[in-house]
Amino acid sequence: MAKDEIKQEDLLNIDHSPSLFKKGWMNTPVDIRPSMHCYACEPARLKVVDFPNPRVWSVMDEDWKLPKDWKETVMDAFKDRLDRFRTFKLFMDICVRCGACADKCQFFIGSADPKNMPVLRAELIRSVYRRNFTAAGKLFGKLAGARDLDYGVLKEWWYYLYQCSECRRCSVFCPYGIDMADITIIGREMTNLLGLNIDWIAAPVAFCYKTGNHLGIQPHAYKSMLEFFQDEIEEVTGVRVEPSFNRKGAEVLFITPSGDVFADPGTWTCMGYMILFHQLGIDITWSTYASEGGNFGLFTSHDMMKRLNGKMYMEAKRLGVKWILGGECGHMWRVVNQYMGTMNLDLAEGSNLENPVSPMTGTKFENANSTKMVHITEFTADLIKHGKLKLDPSRNDHRKVTFHDSCNPARAMGLLEEPRYVIKNVCNHFYEMPPSTIREQTFCCGGGSGLNAGEDVELRMRGGLPRANAVKYVHEKYGVNMLANVCAIDRAVFPGLMEYWVPEVDVTGVHELVANAMVLDGEKEKTVDLRNEPLPGMEDAEDV
Amino acid sequence: MNIIISLTVSFLAVFGLVVIAFVGVWGAHLEWLFGVVIPYLAVITFFIGIVYRVVQWAKCPVPFRIPSTCAQQKSLPWIKYGYAEKLDNPVNTFWVVCRMILEVLCFRSLFRNTRLEFGSGQEIKYKSAKWLWLGAIAFHYTFLIVLLRHLRFFTEPMPFFVKIIENVDGFFQMFLPTVYQSGFILGAAVTYLLLRRILDGKMRYISLPADYFPLFMILGLVTTGVLMRYVLKADIVSIKELTLGLVSFKPVVPEGISVIFYIHLFLVSVFFAYFPFSKLTHMAGVFLSPTRNLSNNTRIVRHINPWNNPVKFHTYQAYEDEFREKMKDAGLPVDKE
Repeated sequence: MAKDEIKQEDLLNIDHSPSLFKKGWMNTPVDIRPSMHCYACEPARLKVVDFPNPRVWSVMDEDWKLPKDWKETVMDAFKDRLDRFRTFKLFMDICVRCGACADKCQFFIGSADPKNMPVLRAELIRSVYRRNFTAAGKLFGKLAGARDLDYGVLKEWWYYLYQCSECRRCSVFCPYGIDMADITIIGREMTNLLGLNIDWIAAPVAFCYKTGNHLGIQPHAYKSMLEFFQDEIEEVTGVRVEPSFNRKGAEVLFITPSGDVFADPGTWTCMGYMILFHQLGIDITWSTYASEGGNFGLFTSHDMMKRLNGKMYMEAKRLGVKWILGGECGHMWRVVNQYMGTMNLDLAEGSNLENPVSPMTGTKFENANSTKMVHITEFTADLIKHGKLKLDPSRNDHRKVTFHDSCNPARAMGLLEEPRYVIKNVCNHFYEMPPSTIREQTFCCGGGSGLNAGEDVELRMRGGLPRANAVKYVHEKYGVNMLANVCAIDRAVFPGLMEYWVPEVDVTGVHELVANAMVLDGEKEKTVDLRNEPLPGMEDAEDV
Repeated sequence: MNIIISLTVSFLAVFGLVVIAFVGVWGAHLEWLFGVVIPYLAVITFFIGIVYRVVQWAKCPVPFRIPSTCAQQKSLPWIKYGYAEKLDNPVNTFWVVCRMILEVLCFRSLFRNTRLEFGSGQEIKYKSAKWLWLGAIAFHYTFLIVLLRHLRFFTEPMPFFVKIIENVDGFFQMFLPTVYQSGFILGAAVTYLLLRRILDGKMRYISLPADYFPLFMILGLVTTGVLMRYVLKADIVSIKELTLGLVSFKPVVPEGISVIFYIHLFLVSVFFAYFPFSKLTHMAGVFLSPTRNLSNNTRIVRHINPWNNPVKFHTYQAYEDEFREKMKDAGLPVDKE
């Protein structure tokens, strides 16, 4: 189904309060609807990374072609994870169903499907836990909120586990910090043992494993894509930037999501990085092997996340760099902040990595002393603070900007002020969305955790509604026409979402705004920005 | 679970408990069973159960440090990282402890609660909603006060703080016997929590018998307690003889204690025994929640995962072997010519 076939009135005609006479959720079998889920994974993807049960299957089919002993597999996996993750065990035990999380999930707000209330999504799994691992559940069954795992329940798990974007918004409001994202991660880990994944996740994982990035861009192609950007940049600024690749002995390794080299508007952000590095003259290299900042492994299993993430340290060691600079990406920074050091710091043993220091300002990034990896907005904010960039924010005067906090940098890191500081220094017009929709209370774009496919467009338009609604608010109040963010998935998802709900608003990465405001050494008289749109006051210039 | 069944089952369960105690004491004269044996068993079950639960959780490793960060991280020195940030995004143990204190004593996360208002035509609002927080605070704190007040039955002489609590709690000395506000606020708070579950469509849909049962149970406790104190005027002297006998392990069952006391005591016993095996364990569990009790310092100090699984990586060498010719043609450096 295409976006324009879905009517807004239909999406908005929903009721969040289940009626008194509605059957209980345990007696309501899952109704798998097209456009609310992603396509099944293709077998070739699973084979690349040795995942179980590769076969052709389809979500809408009755038979999902599971292995014969699937129930045993799930139960063993369940038990194993209860023993290995305190979060999982605790979150199965202590929920009191107070309902504080119920109306906090963007997928529930947008769909009103009660099983998308985080509490109930977790109960889908908890009910099976009670039946199999608690005395009350074994004795009293349904009365104790317990039920057996059967084919229908498994399908229900799958359907709703892939309608959760692991954004952690519910965990902020939960009085015990129960984190649905963690339950989803482990739930998806279990479905993956049966070969139940979606292609939009399985394909990037397979690509990333072999070629180094989610999009499967091979080394020569990666280089030529950046060369294309060199030409574009030269056309706009008159300056020829010279990125280097896989260069041993560089001081810094730069890793960014491959979405940035692939499609607009991410490409302009990518050009922004290139312009920044060139102007600074920093000794930095790109890598075609560690050419992915994001980590779709996180959306399949902890082990797969570790396998994909390893490239960052292995490449840093091989090239002999002193530290790593990371681009604008959402879940990448959850992995880098909360998992990377724990999982893979062993790989950096014997490398030249040292505590990161900005070569331009001498600032020590002490908050990255263990992982040796710095976020680019931390880096750029420091440059601006020390006056190392010549900026003309009026070049962004045609942009009225608001900032969307991406779920993971906000709630799994706390990167809130750095991007705001950067934006406020490169733009004259910045407006915040309402407080209950930003910072730690930010909403998901609707396509996080691998749900940014084309076929689940209704799910994305529904899940993205709360964010779109907040953007619409600042658009109407302040005339905001640009939605800035620090996430490649945002940049992939938002253009479609904005087009649907708030068509007057465009989408940008933060470093596109930075590059547009930068006054470069040897630049020609600029008339257009990186998008080839006229700069303010240059609308009538000749070469537009 | 259907609301009617849930309510009926859990109400009948509590009602059944009342009947059991009534018949047991009034009909069968099993005062020793209900006054001594069951309370002992219940308290033993409570302590063993809670310790078992906590040990089970504590034995489980914390492979990753995944605190929910609810404020700005500690970053560049000039980026504001004040008290509010330290509390909601702590970087060391001291501030984690502070965060936990705020969470456990003040229900900090619940205080953030908002309520969705979904109008037609893309009008979505999030209104402040402190009622749940207020209800929860009122409920838990009055429960605590009532519990502490009961120490007067288990101590001789009474500790000084029990007297202070009684004085404060009975501040409005308008009636005889002194009316303790806590019991009534507790009753009101439980009623609010119950009505909320029944009247709000979302709450009704997610609620299980396991949610109604403890609420009915506590309502039963409050009701029997209030009846005993203000209406039926149970024989306090004899009751204290019994309760003191229990704590000094020289149990006695004095004559003439009214059956309402045994009903109250039986409900308390069942409540204690039920506690460790139900959602009520959130009282202990909240302390162990890894999204709240860990600092966000994983970029500064490595967190160790005790079972860090060995995995297969795709090495650079394997990558270069696959793409070497293409890389050379594109002018990319290679390790092996």
